Amino acid sequence: MSGKNAFNRIEVRLAGEGGQGMILAGVILAEAAAIYDGKNIVQTQTYGPEARGGSSKAEVIISDGEIDYPEVINADFLVAMSQEACDKYASNLKKDGLLIVDSEKVRRVPLTNAIKLPITRMAVEATGKSITANVVSLGILVGLTNLVSREAIQKAIIARAPKGTEEVNQKALDRGLTAVEGLLSVKDKA
Amino acid sequence: MAVTLMQGNEAVGWGALAAGCRFYAGYPITPSSEIAEMLSRELPKYGGKFIQMEDEIASLAACIGASVGGVKSMTATSGPGFSLMQEHIGYAAMTEVPCVIVSVQRLGPSTGQPTSPSQGDVMQARWGTHGDHPIIVLYPNSVPKAFGLTVTAFNLAEKYRTPVILLMDEVIAHMRERFEMPPFESLTVIDRMGTNVPPEWYKPYGDTIGDVPPMPSFGSGYRYHITGLFHDVMGYPTQRLDEINPLVERMQRKINNHLEDILLFEEEETDDANTVIIAYGVTSRSARHAMRLARNHRHNIGLLTLYTIWPFPEEAVMRIGRSARRVIVPEMNLGQLALEVERAVGKHKVVRVNRADGEMISPQMILQAIEGR
Repeated sequence: MSGKNAFNRIEVRLAGEGGQGMILAGVILAEAAAIYDGKNIVQTQTYGPEARGGSSKAEVIISDGEIDYPEVINADFLVAMSQEACDKYASNLKKDGLLIVDSEKVRRVPLTNAIKLPITRMAVEATGKSITANVVSLGILVGLTNLVSREAIQKAIIARAPKGTEEVNQKALDRGLTAVEGLLSVKDKA
Repeated sequence: MAVTLMQGNEAVGWGALAAGCRFYAGYPITPSSEIAEMLSRELPKYGGKFIQMEDEIASLAACIGASVGGVKSMTATSGPGFSLMQEHIGYAAMTEVPCVIVSVQRLGPSTGQPTSPSQGDVMQARWGTHGDHPIIVLYPNSVPKAFGLTVTAFNLAEKYRTPVILLMDEVIAHMRERFEMPPFESLTVIDRMGTNVPPEWYKPYGDTIGDVPPMPSFGSGYRYHITGLFHDVMGYPTQRLDEINPLVERMQRKINNHLEDILLFEEEETDDANTVIIAYGVTSRSARHAMRLARNHRHNIGLLTLYTIWPFPEEAVMRIGRSARRVIVPEMNLGQLALEVERAVGKHKVVRVNRADGEMISPQMILQAIEGR
């Protein structure tokens, strides 16, 4: 992957508002990489004191080697689910980094080559629940990048899904994966 | 156990269970709450007790009481609660009751910034309570270390009859890393020394068998007096200088004569280093990242990571000071342990790297110090 730097690190940032489940998405991505794909990971998070609202982000560093500094230095991948998240973190992306935004929540996108999809609306259409937008975003991220294997992300999502919500989460994942099936050129780049 | 993704706070909880902790009293506070959450769920399964107390003063009081009753005990808190616990940390030190206090630091002073990291309580952990008291403070820098050093904290508390503080960074507390928890039975677990002398011969604060008196549990037939006042070997208050001085000296001696056992640190690439970074907690990871980058550019940089910050590993730091031309001390505070480093190696050799705004020190900040910019 060209996204790797000299330290063999891939840096992922998932950011949005508190309550959108972006920290959980980070945990699931980290579990997929660490438990099911056997990679080394460090997952960190930043959030405000509020239970809902405020800003919230998860970071996942994935590497085949040791990970010392645990936070993102320059992100390879950024998923922004709010305008504030996009404004705050887009400039930190690597030059060849990939930006994914929820196009109905992020109106001003600073990069011309960003992936813009109505992630929350896709979640509502697929599952009837806007809270599955975080899982849809994981589907998009994994579909575009091969950060972790599809088997790994699927197992990690199902393992984290509350009992009785497995099917809903599976639908959300599939919606994300199929939405980017045609965008192979991006995948090759990653 | 299989590989799991574990949070630093959870690892502390498991470390406590592995070390034999069977009592937790606390008042939840960000960023330490996951420790209470985890132990409230797991302790009962191990036959232990979990109590949510009315505040942090009561929490540590309950831990001290449980420990006197023979049960290994722990509490966890953050800055504001740690401030309230200072009174009883002194009481535990004076009465020589083993206990473990976890403080996950947040940006202060006062309620500060609950979810932001800081290393601002380094001096408070050493000197927050009044009087010349002995204390041990351990400081993890990863999830596996959070587990391991919690076990060590209990072992040292029991072995030396002292409160032990596990000081943590918010980043380590909330970070998830791969961790394969070792089977509990594979770990070295130290229990306090009891006694088999007849109860009427027992001297609770005597020094006949060494600097750490045996400690039978309350309720086991050994009746003795415990007070925060200066006391004689039987535990009763005293104003006699020939009883006060030996107690002052023994309390210091029991720690200072065992530094080899207590001081934990790790040296990397220090042999040929003309610049050595001395760091602890999550900042040591920024330092190691910076060291690896600098080594790629042929800078001879070394790293001393401290896992025991109090007592201060003076000998190890002095040794670094003799071989290295320059010592860099990055801290997420305005310069606390740097004062000790300066004392040990000379102020002229020390370059401080500080920030106290709730953000981590980046490898770049340390690199700039290395390159003298």
